[in-house]
Amino acid sequence: KHTTIMMATLTKALKPILGMQFGNTAKPPPAKYGGRHTVTLIPGDGIGPELLNHVRELFRFSCVPVDFEVVHVNSASTSEDDINNAIMAIRRNGVALKGNVETNHTMPPNHKSRNNLLRTSLDLYANMMHCQSLPGVQTRHKNIDIIIIRENTEGEYSSLEHESVSGVVESLKIITRNNSLRIADYAFRLARDKGRRRVTAVHKANIMKLGDGLFLQCCKEVASGYPDIEFDSMIVDNTTMQLVSKPHQFDVMVMPNLYGNVVSNVCAGLVGGPGLVPGANYGRDYAVFETATRNTGKSIANRNIANPTAMLLASCLMLDHLKLHDYANMIRGAILTTMNETRLHTVDIGGQGTTSEVVQSIMRIIQSGGPLTTEI
Amino acid sequence: QLDAFVVLASGEISYSSQQCSNFMTIYTIIQTVTLIPGDGIGPEISTAVMKIFEAAKAPIQWEERNVTAIKGPGGRWMIPPEAKESMNKNKIGLKGPLKTPIAAGHPSMNLLLRKTFDLYANVRPCVSIEGYKTPYTDVDLVTIRENTEGEYSGIEHLIVDGVVQSIKLITEEASRRIAKYAFEYARNNQRTSVTAVHKANIMRMSDGLFLRKCREVAENYKDVKFTEMYLDTVCLNMVQDPSHFDILVMPNLYGDILSDLCAGLIGGLGVTPSGNIGANGVAIFESVHGTAPDIAGKDLANPTALLLSAVMMLRHMGLHGHAKKIETACFDTIRDEKVLTKDLGGNAKCSEFTADICRRVQDMD
Repeated sequence: KHTTIMMATLTKALKPILGMQFGNTAKPPPAKYGGRHTVTLIPGDGIGPELLNHVRELFRFSCVPVDFEVVHVNSASTSEDDINNAIMAIRRNGVALKGNVETNHTMPPNHKSRNNLLRTSLDLYANMMHCQSLPGVQTRHKNIDIIIIRENTEGEYSSLEHESVSGVVESLKIITRNNSLRIADYAFRLARDKGRRRVTAVHKANIMKLGDGLFLQCCKEVASGYPDIEFDSMIVDNTTMQLVSKPHQFDVMVMPNLYGNVVSNVCAGLVGGPGLVPGANYGRDYAVFETATRNTGKSIANRNIANPTAMLLASCLMLDHLKLHDYANMIRGAILTTMNETRLHTVDIGGQGTTSEVVQSIMRIIQSGGPLTTEI
Repeated sequence: QLDAFVVLASGEISYSSQQCSNFMTIYTIIQTVTLIPGDGIGPEISTAVMKIFEAAKAPIQWEERNVTAIKGPGGRWMIPPEAKESMNKNKIGLKGPLKTPIAAGHPSMNLLLRKTFDLYANVRPCVSIEGYKTPYTDVDLVTIRENTEGEYSGIEHLIVDGVVQSIKLITEEASRRIAKYAFEYARNNQRTSVTAVHKANIMRMSDGLFLRKCREVAENYKDVKFTEMYLDTVCLNMVQDPSHFDILVMPNLYGDILSDLCAGLIGGLGVTPSGNIGANGVAIFESVHGTAPDIAGKDLANPTALLLSAVMMLRHMGLHGHAKKIETACFDTIRDEKVLTKDLGGNAKCSEFTADICRRVQDMD
């Protein structure tokens, strides 16, 4: 047994050298221990723990062959041991599901955001968010279907700041050719795989001529290799204006880190709010799934009113990643039936249901679908 | 015989007198304002605004100036000295859209104006316009954007081939100045709260400094509520329920994005007013849409943006009565939906639209 584990670790360590899979999305780790996957679970703060408990409950009920290795990250602690343990656990398992870890911004600048540390250490370079209007949810705009691809590791989030003179602070935004090419390539490949017709690059190259100029140039280079997909670009302020008035003109959008933050939140708001949209962070070797807008939700924590949809849909994305498509579709179908047909909604989308009522309804729908479940 | 004489204007004072009776002559202070018509549709919408102001009997006289850049001594680009002198004398300006030529060799005119007059605050009030339907009906907020530094400092370097660095500069002085302006604006316009928008969880030192200065200034304005919110949360909540927001104050880039987002909520740049406040009491109000060269000179343009900016200017000068009159006339015309320009959904000419507003203004007297 020890030799097997050692060989597995050695193979994994040598993977970058032996099996160079440049530009591929992360390969799921081989299922260990008799066909059951192990996934790292980081509860986080606010509504994270309760929503992830519901995920575990649902998985247990649906007999999903996934075991969770729970790793707690204490946001109040100044040492980086917690987050380093979490990172090591993800390296070991290859896949994670996480809640947001709160960042107390009154702490000194060397106390970096834990979520950001996780993303950069694991090189999760692509953040993907698929915004789709759900028929059962009341919104001002209908039939939105936009995929947002956001560079996840550099840009304004480099955490490189210094105070050269008292009262004057400089913050560095880094754009590199490699990362820009990588994210553009990811966007175009995804567009092709999903049969989408247009990719729009969002930038501010008229002002940040070198930085965003480089990003835009890389996107154009990659676009030339995909002649079947249309490519255009739009300046970020115009993009937000167009999103609130004519969102249907957008198909797939690719952009650097900060603009991605803004645009993804605008789109999440357009389709119904932070409780509905799942997000995925992909690297070459690892994948981490969470809610798209990464909210901690402190004010609604532990009151049984949070919307579990985003986190549950994120767990379905994770199951798809592990190639457990049947389970993913079963759970996703049940979630969408509850949302669109049964119309059991939580407070954030105008209903009166509690979190547990929604989860129970999903479990009932799954049970009625066949003899695959345990007792409720 | 004069009982009271109040000086309202800070620039050159001229006045007109009107004999009302044998005993009383009313003196009205007329303030001079620098008018920069701009390019494309600029001249026609400026003419429209002047007509409406005349109909409203607003105590304004216009001094037209051109700001096309010229090369000064020493080879540096600058705005023509007549324009600069006029602005410094009058302190208040109204500007139409300026075209940014691509290969003219000089920087954008807007940038030049900003640097010349140290226009540190960009203020955009966004109010839903009754009669111009958008999916968002209850917007009433103001975005105040720091306009001199932040991500737009223009400092960029190529470190090695393929790695570029852009510098975002935040200084104590600029942050304090913009925060102070935001709170003063809140007090002068009876607004209830100021929200600082930031990303201090990621940009700890820079946005942290901005936030600290805002908090310090908030201490001196206890009558105004002060809150802080992350940029992404603001975006999320803004598209779901914009009625939660009142005044938003933020650094340059976030301000750029959010002010355009809010303009999109009320109907776009064609109906959004904007003002730039500078040091030394200078204030330039402008329309932020483009020059629309395809419809220039055809009497098809919509003067609403420039008109609302001019109304903002009147309020800044303390002429609330005239401001309210013109604004109401403009909104009534749009609400009526009988005489609307093409971009508002009608097929009237610019002159017809203007005439309708003039008529309403005169009827109000």
